[in-house]
Amino acid sequence: MRISDQGCPMTRFLLSAPESCERSRKHFSISRGWIGRFAILFIFLTVALPHLAMAHDFTVGDIMIDHPWARATPTGAKVAGGYVTIENFGNKPDRLISATMEASKQVELHEMSLTDGVMRMRGLPTGILVPAGGRIEMKPGGFHIMFLDLQRQLRQGEKVAGTLIFERAGIVQIEFQVDAIGALGSASGGHQH
Amino acid sequence: MQTLKIIRYAAWAMVAGLIFFTAAIVLGWWRVDGPGRVPTNGGIEIKGLPQIGGPFTLVNHHGKTVTDKDFLGKPMLVFFGFTYCPDVCPTTLFETTTRLQKIGAEARDLQVLFITADPDRDTPEQLALYLQSFDPRIVGLTGTQEQVDAAVLAYKAYAKKVPSEGGGYTVDHTASVFLMDRNGRFMGLIDYHEQEASALAKMRRLIAK
Ligand SMILES: [Cu+2]
Repeated sequence: MRISDQGCPMTRFLLSAPESCERSRKHFSISRGWIGRFAILFIFLTVALPHLAMAHDFTVGDIMIDHPWARATPTGAKVAGGYVTIENFGNKPDRLISATMEASKQVELHEMSLTDGVMRMRGLPTGILVPAGGRIEMKPGGFHIMFLDLQRQLRQGEKVAGTLIFERAGIVQIEFQVDAIGALGSASGGHQH
Repeated sequence: MQTLKIIRYAAWAMVAGLIFFTAAIVLGWWRVDGPGRVPTNGGIEIKGLPQIGGPFTLVNHHGKTVTDKDFLGKPMLVFFGFTYCPDVCPTTLFETTTRLQKIGAEARDLQVLFITADPDRDTPEQLALYLQSFDPRIVGLTGTQEQVDAAVLAYKAYAKKVPSEGGGYTVDHTASVFLMDRNGRFMGLIDYHEQEASALAKMRRLIAK
């Protein structure tokens, strides 16, 4: 079928179908298969693409930083919280030891905990260990990058430049996407679209 | 003669039994459904709630000295925090703002008190600036350290300054929201991780009281 001749490389690219064009041509001649392909393509375009466009990640050595974000700050706030997900694809543990952010004069690594209704925040002077093959997810109520001595308000929708410094992997330039004041992070469904 | 005596005793025994039985029923009704019952509120006993809340003197975000008496007559939400808080305090303020919007007109009487646990940095001006980002019904309260300590104590809350690595300090504090009725009586808490529906139900119940 002529349509499948055009569709083949495109669908193979989108769906990374392991089969050859020859095989998929046969496949495509069946109309039910086409409906299925369109359905998959449709789902891909509506669900996956916006997320791919939103998600932003940064890599240094064996370390991948996924979706760095920060909370927008209320007027007059002198502090803000930043959050990233760190994945270590290497076979040696690494450690996030410090960070910087353009609008903050002092950045620390912190952890929050809630015990018996009392919220506590503590500095992590030895940084955050990322085990070999492991993953650390920062989010409100847990690990965060604490931006102190904030020079200006962080507004929802903007991006602020920063760096993360790892003991082994070194320095990585990142951008924090600024989300709503009460955002909880994508994992908790905090994105309000 | 002997049989008559037995019948008489038996009759008296029956009367005694009947009195006992009636008394038991009346007493049971009295305690369960009658005036002697334990007051209930949707299955939750009000009796036995701890003595939380009480007198305080603080300074609001307009710089005016206020006391607990100024807030009597309307239900209120009270919580502790500070503006140098990246996470919990903006979350609570933000969630309270959206909950007030969700409840709408019914919530117009509700007073929301945000008491700083860090009066050194949270001056009335700082609170006023910070609260611009949230619902205008939220009142920021500060004062001297002694005044704030007294309020924390009255609410049996927890607030403690803790030095941080960079030479500054942070404040550990109670993250829950206190629900107080229009007579200033403690009605319960909204936990930090409370489900949204439950938090809204508690607020609505407080307003309806
Ligand atoms: Cu912190």
